[in-house]
Amino acid sequence: MFRSLLFIPGNNPSMLQNADVFLADAIIFDLEDAISINEKNNARNLVKNYLLTSSVLPKQIILRVNSINTEWFKKDIELLKTNKINYLLIPKTDKSSLLNIEEYLSAFEKENKLVETKIIALVETARGVNDLPLFAENKRLIALLLGAEDLASDLQIKRTETGEEIFYARSKIIYAAVDHNLIAIDTPYTNINNLEGLLKDATYAANLGMKAKACIHPNQLEVVNKVFSPSEQEIKWAKEVIKISLEKPGSGAFQFQGKMIDKPILDRAEKILVKAKHFNLM
Amino acid sequence: MINGVGRFIPNGMQPFVSSDNFLTKERRLISKKTKQSKTVFLDNIEEVFDVLGIDSNMTISFHHHLRNGDKVIKMVSEEIEKRDIKNLHFAPSSIFPSYTKLVDLIKKGNVNEIHTNYLNGEVAKVISQGYLKGKLVMNTHGGRARAIESGDLSIDVAFIACPVVDKFGNGHGATGKSACGTLGYSISDLEYAKKVVLVTDTVVEKLENYQLDSKFVDYVLIVDSIGDRMGIVSGTTEITKDPIGLKIAKDCANLLNYLGLIRNDFSMQTGAGKTSLAVVKYVEEIMKKNHIIGSFASGGITKAYVGMLEAGLFKQLYDVQCFDLEAVSSFAKNKNHIAMTASEYGNPFEKEPICDKLDFVILGATEIDLDFNVNVTTDSMGNLIGGSGGHADIAYGSNVTIIISPLIKSRIPIIKEKVMTVTTPGSDVDILITERGIAINPKRTDLHEKLANSQFPIFEIAELLEISHKITGVPKKIETNEQIIGYVEYRDGTYLDCIRKVKNGY
Amino acid sequence: MKGIAGSKESNDCLITIETSKKTTIEINSIVGQFFYDQILKTVEDTLKEQNIENVSVIVEDKGALDYTIKSRLLTAIERMKEDV
Repeated sequence: MFRSLLFIPGNNPSMLQNADVFLADAIIFDLEDAISINEKNNARNLVKNYLLTSSVLPKQIILRVNSINTEWFKKDIELLKTNKINYLLIPKTDKSSLLNIEEYLSAFEKENKLVETKIIALVETARGVNDLPLFAENKRLIALLLGAEDLASDLQIKRTETGEEIFYARSKIIYAAVDHNLIAIDTPYTNINNLEGLLKDATYAANLGMKAKACIHPNQLEVVNKVFSPSEQEIKWAKEVIKISLEKPGSGAFQFQGKMIDKPILDRAEKILVKAKHFNLM
Repeated sequence: MINGVGRFIPNGMQPFVSSDNFLTKERRLISKKTKQSKTVFLDNIEEVFDVLGIDSNMTISFHHHLRNGDKVIKMVSEEIEKRDIKNLHFAPSSIFPSYTKLVDLIKKGNVNEIHTNYLNGEVAKVISQGYLKGKLVMNTHGGRARAIESGDLSIDVAFIACPVVDKFGNGHGATGKSACGTLGYSISDLEYAKKVVLVTDTVVEKLENYQLDSKFVDYVLIVDSIGDRMGIVSGTTEITKDPIGLKIAKDCANLLNYLGLIRNDFSMQTGAGKTSLAVVKYVEEIMKKNHIIGSFASGGITKAYVGMLEAGLFKQLYDVQCFDLEAVSSFAKNKNHIAMTASEYGNPFEKEPICDKLDFVILGATEIDLDFNVNVTTDSMGNLIGGSGGHADIAYGSNVTIIISPLIKSRIPIIKEKVMTVTTPGSDVDILITERGIAINPKRTDLHEKLANSQFPIFEIAELLEISHKITGVPKKIETNEQIIGYVEYRDGTYLDCIRKVKNGY
Repeated sequence: MKGIAGSKESNDCLITIETSKKTTIEINSIVGQFFYDQILKTVEDTLKEQNIENVSVIVEDKGALDYTIKSRLLTAIERMKEDV
């Protein structure tokens, strides 16, 4: 379960050594876009030795590897041998790239006697968005992350503050995620100094159905965590609904605060409480 | 002899016993100076030296309100160098990086003894290297006032940079082209120095309000400029953007709130560091959300507090020195922005010093040890980099003293088994907040109880030390040279620790 | 042949390695008084592990942790090997 995922450039020792302190639910160590071509090996070495020897590590660790069609991909995947990586984030995922990766990973895991690595698909191309219904059922997937900057570039359009241009992609991701029990993760908000803009953007995405948001600066985490956590009122409501439902077992639908409570609403209340417990909000 | 914080103090010097031991002592006061003649106005420094007969072995004092922009200490230093007066004792309330002329005076033996409350820059460096022929004594702000009023620190001539003086010899800091606000640190010098010279660049007919009373002023020296007021803003005035600093600040504000310390009529003081400013911002947010109106904030005042005063969040500000130009202009126009003297601020023998009324203070540390002793005087290698200022005064006075700091700075763990130099005794330090956990002084059982069921990450300080060593490795013990170059004097006049010459290289 | 890796940013280090007649290690660290021995050991162990001999290594350290020093040295070694 995530609310916030923080990208950390793999070549930045200051960020690495504080990765466990930031309030992110998961850290994404980036070997791809944040790292220039000349520094790919340097960053990989650093992340590898950090994972192997640091006494303090984040709760959940995600590695963004380079694309499968680059010369760096295979070396990046070697980091799975550290046994510290929970998930891989695969750039420019579409149906065929995911199949290729799955094939490579299966062989790699078998050869190195590793458990099956779960994948977060970074959906950031027109093809990726179109292919969603075709690959979302892949058993390795646990989440879908929208990459709106690359998508906008693929579409040859500008990103806007209000994000109309990515409404379709957001919706596609949310529907595919819900349909296949994956976590829908929203694209980062890129203006790191504008926390009010971030709040608006994250709230909008949450209202559409996103369950988490990627961040590109630690100072964004507090806002994002708040938006994607159940509110105090929601938790209170859910507790009361569950309490009453337990007092009236088998009674089917009942009324609470003037509203009809039936199974879908009970389910929602339960999910709120599970999330609240998971993130220590009760 | 070993003192109350376990430190060696040479025989014959009063060892520190405990931070409240002064309660068993009587206040000692020498008589305030009385002046027979009218204030004399002069316009060149040579004349001042001649009429005062400034000569070897005298003690000369200064204040530091113009901070890095000060030109008065430079002017006096140059005249001393020109006349090659030897073996002087300097007592500036602080020493800033811009006071480079003092380096020459130290190296050439013109200045051989120094009393000050804070020092950094080149002067600190040469003293650490052992160039000062006599000793350095580091006071607290309140302790300096006590030392002066008791005659322990006897001043022959006080040069007081004063932004505006009237024709009667009264002085003020609020106006004039070099306005720097309150002149709180200079008041003891004014009242008790044998001779007082106000140095100014602005003379007016008559001042209605003034902080420096002409009855203590012997001479006024008129010069072109006493300093560059832009140099006041030598510290940091912007809130930190560092996520670790912000996290510590947020945790600190939340902890204060959880402890119920942010309530109506509360009072607080913080330093002017970037992380402290973030704490102030978060406290302000909590105050606004819960409709809290505080009693006062004190200390060196920054624009953040000026904004809170103007927004009605605090009823008053008690200001011993203005940290930025916004504070200077607020001091000039707002009657609730009140000047306090160093004595009113932190002198242990003052009846009700402001420091004793504080509910909580937020302070920094270069090191803290397993006994919660704090060092802000030297770095971990023993180089002088600061000093108490008001640190030990308000740590004693306030109800809750909180130290905020990253657990690790450039691979150096902030927690030590023993700090290099004790600036503030651990008995006056209650809580340490770092990005990886919070430690509470075991003697504060009340705080332990209040926080027992909270979600704050509370550790014993030894556990935090262990966590940091796992990250950085165990740092090698630093060997200092045995040669004592100075002392940390506690606010009551007893000795807290020795400062030793640094060893160069590895 | 020569390889350079890292930076002089805080918590990082800049490592220069060059083929030489004998192995020399020079460490300039802002935290040398505390960690000189540990930094030296990290460098020596890494050279040994990589079977590298007869090089001069210069470490300009800004408070890097051991894994950072090791990683920068490994990259510098790779770059030295590629430098023809």
